[in-house]
Amino acid sequence: MIELKNINYTYGGGTTQQIHALKDVSLQIPDGQFIGLIGHTGSGKSTLIQHLNGLVKATSGDILYNGQSIYAEGFSMKGLRSKVGLVFQYPEHQLFETDVFTDVCFGPKNLGLDAEEIRARAREALDLVGLDESYDKVSPFELSGGQKRRVAIAGVLAMKPDVLILDEPTAGLDPKGRDEILDQVAKLHRERGITVVLVSHSMEDVAKYVDRIIVMNHGQVAFDGVPKEVFRHYQELETMGLAAPQVTYIVQALRAKGFPIGEDITTVEEAKAAILQVVGGKR
Amino acid sequence: MIRDITIGQYYPADSLLHRLDPRVKLLGTLVFIVSLFIADSWLGYVLAAAFLALMIRLSNVPLKFMLRGLKAVMILLLISVGFNIFLTDGEHVLLEFWIIKITWEGVKQALFMGTRLIFLIMGSSLMTLTTTPNQLTDGLETGLGFLKKIHVPIHEIAMMMSIALRFIPILIEETDKIMKAQMARGADFETGGLIQKAKALVPILVPLFISSFRRATDLAMAMEARCYNGGDRTKMKPLKYETRDYITYVVFAIYLALMILVGRL
Amino acid sequence: MGIIKASKLIYEYIKRDEEGNPEGVNRAVDQVDIDIQPGQFVAILGHNGSGKSTLAKHMNALLLPTEGTIWVGDKDTSLEDNLWDVRRTAGMVFQNPDNQIIGTVVEEDVGFGPENLAVPTQEIWKRVDRSLEAVGMTAYRYHSPNKLSGGQKQRVAIAGIMAMKPRCIVLDEPTAMLDPNGRKEVIRTVRELNRAEGITVILITHYMEEVIEADRVYVMDGGRVVMEGTPKEVFARTEELKGYRLDVPQVTELAWELKKAGLPLTDGILTIDDFVDEILAIHQKSGK
Repeated sequence: MIELKNINYTYGGGTTQQIHALKDVSLQIPDGQFIGLIGHTGSGKSTLIQHLNGLVKATSGDILYNGQSIYAEGFSMKGLRSKVGLVFQYPEHQLFETDVFTDVCFGPKNLGLDAEEIRARAREALDLVGLDESYDKVSPFELSGGQKRRVAIAGVLAMKPDVLILDEPTAGLDPKGRDEILDQVAKLHRERGITVVLVSHSMEDVAKYVDRIIVMNHGQVAFDGVPKEVFRHYQELETMGLAAPQVTYIVQALRAKGFPIGEDITTVEEAKAAILQVVGGKR
Repeated sequence: MIRDITIGQYYPADSLLHRLDPRVKLLGTLVFIVSLFIADSWLGYVLAAAFLALMIRLSNVPLKFMLRGLKAVMILLLISVGFNIFLTDGEHVLLEFWIIKITWEGVKQALFMGTRLIFLIMGSSLMTLTTTPNQLTDGLETGLGFLKKIHVPIHEIAMMMSIALRFIPILIEETDKIMKAQMARGADFETGGLIQKAKALVPILVPLFISSFRRATDLAMAMEARCYNGGDRTKMKPLKYETRDYITYVVFAIYLALMILVGRL
Repeated sequence: MGIIKASKLIYEYIKRDEEGNPEGVNRAVDQVDIDIQPGQFVAILGHNGSGKSTLAKHMNALLLPTEGTIWVGDKDTSLEDNLWDVRRTAGMVFQNPDNQIIGTVVEEDVGFGPENLAVPTQEIWKRVDRSLEAVGMTAYRYHSPNKLSGGQKQRVAIAGIMAMKPRCIVLDEPTAMLDPNGRKEVIRTVRELNRAEGITVILITHYMEEVIEADRVYVMDGGRVVMEGTPKEVFARTEELKGYRLDVPQVTELAWELKKAGLPLTDGILTIDDFVDEILAIHQKSGK
């Protein structure tokens, strides 16, 4: 469980303009949740996730990890980073070893584990992201975009984190690649019970998977709730440069024309079922 | 720390200095640097300081911004001052113990050297702060155009410089991102001995190099697509001397003459 | 003949192993025939690695065909003498906004192309003014590109191409690295150029919502053109698209799912309005 208490973060100052990137953010991230963190560029979402593993230190406020303040003296940041795994947007920023397997070993090696444990963890992590032994000796630079991303995620999973934060894991991938990565992450969450925070621009991508959406805007939490609650504010979301999934607009348009359909529909499957209920189909 | 380097950065503003022809600024900077090595007396330094202050004033670049740039080269500065203090021999010994001997001449030398370095850095960063990299390279290209005759590829050098300057901030930002990505994997850049620290750089340097190569190929392709072949080009902003440029040349000439005069006194 | 025409275009490259010895031949573009008419807005769709970017690079003579021919504005790109004419006719915008901006000031970057074409100074200024105006970036002309958002950078890149007065712009995944707002911004700009200036646009992408208003869509897979037609025709074949690792907008997907379930909907519904109209019609009929 991660708890943020009144986090503020400002930077700049001096000759440049001071920027208030996070304003009094308080949040709780209980174990086992699958959270979508949404916001447009500059909304503070990237800054926020870097607070969660101590890469950026809050100007004021406190962060508790399992009840312990991460800013307390003697708190091990390295320990925190192995427990709160953060995978950045571009895998190119972290892949550096000559082959996939060695690269995934980097994390556990930094934790000072013995060689056998390191290898075991790397193997397990690669299995978790769906890369079998045939990839072990391949150079990470020769992989496709989606595969690179898997290796990057495995590199963090090998540290056995309790929380996995993914910063736009689907950027630049084609639709199929995007679905594959998200399905893999959902599986991880389901089978391992790992807490997942998925950072994204796209409501459509996350609506299908997450059980909670946090919307960031101007450094503050604008909305926080289950997807259908958040999407009810689709008009406000638009003023924040975001949009609800297209299906929300379809449902709203149908309702506006008097078609009897419920408001809280967030996925194509739900919409299909609801429409068929009204007009009937073969099945 | 790395962000504090102001040498090579451009400070957008509108001022007399910003509007001057880059060739004037380049030559002016050269004159100023030469003058610093002529100066060998307090009066000379006072004159140089006054001149520098005037130029900074005219540039509309905040002094604070310039001083921040000095911070980055502080270590270099301290080392050279240190060398001068400890290694200059002289008659007026101020302090002596064991093998260390500090003389008045040494202190004076160190002060001069320190001032000289500070002025030199401020003077040259003033030029880059008021000149866009493009103007700077244009200035070099035109100003050193005569070198083409002896087959120095001056246009290519100028183009390389301008591209390097454009990508410096991008690469600095990228380095920051890479460091964070590796720290998230438990990398430690602070502890350990020299060898360990050097080893810790590998996970940063490899992604950085690979990305730089990628950027280079991309950029080459983009330039080709925009019909760049290094050959016959026209200029959007051809360099043309204005009255203010001629006046500035005169001002620099007077300044240099004064400095030589003061040096002779 | 269209402004860009390819006939039996093949591009192969030699795959090498770690020591640099040839391992085999990879065919990135395979027997492609396309014919693009002036003034059209054409989209080329395909997943990563489908060969769409390789094809795009042929339109600017950045790559030359292994076999077959591609003509840009009637010029065969494989002839050395045509190189600059080809690049002048078809300008190219790339994926990474940072790696294609050469200038350190926005307006200087836009002037880079005309400078290379040895356009007289006064004319360069006119073109830079007009191009910045056309992409709506005039207010940023003195800014450093590094301070702009991704969408703005791409608009600067587009202005840089416009200043070369091409007849055709090829955009190679211009939105892949942008956020949704940047994406919209770039697509709006491109569409506006197509409409107002009559520029032929060839948009390479894998975002389906960007191609809805295209005049013509080509879908590539394994280096071949596997589908071709209007967006409506292409989107009607939802299942096939999914087979090519692509996606359809949610409204098309929903209509397709409902149709599978037996509702009498037309194929390839692209807009919410069309969908709502059809559903309401069905509802009224079933109500009676």
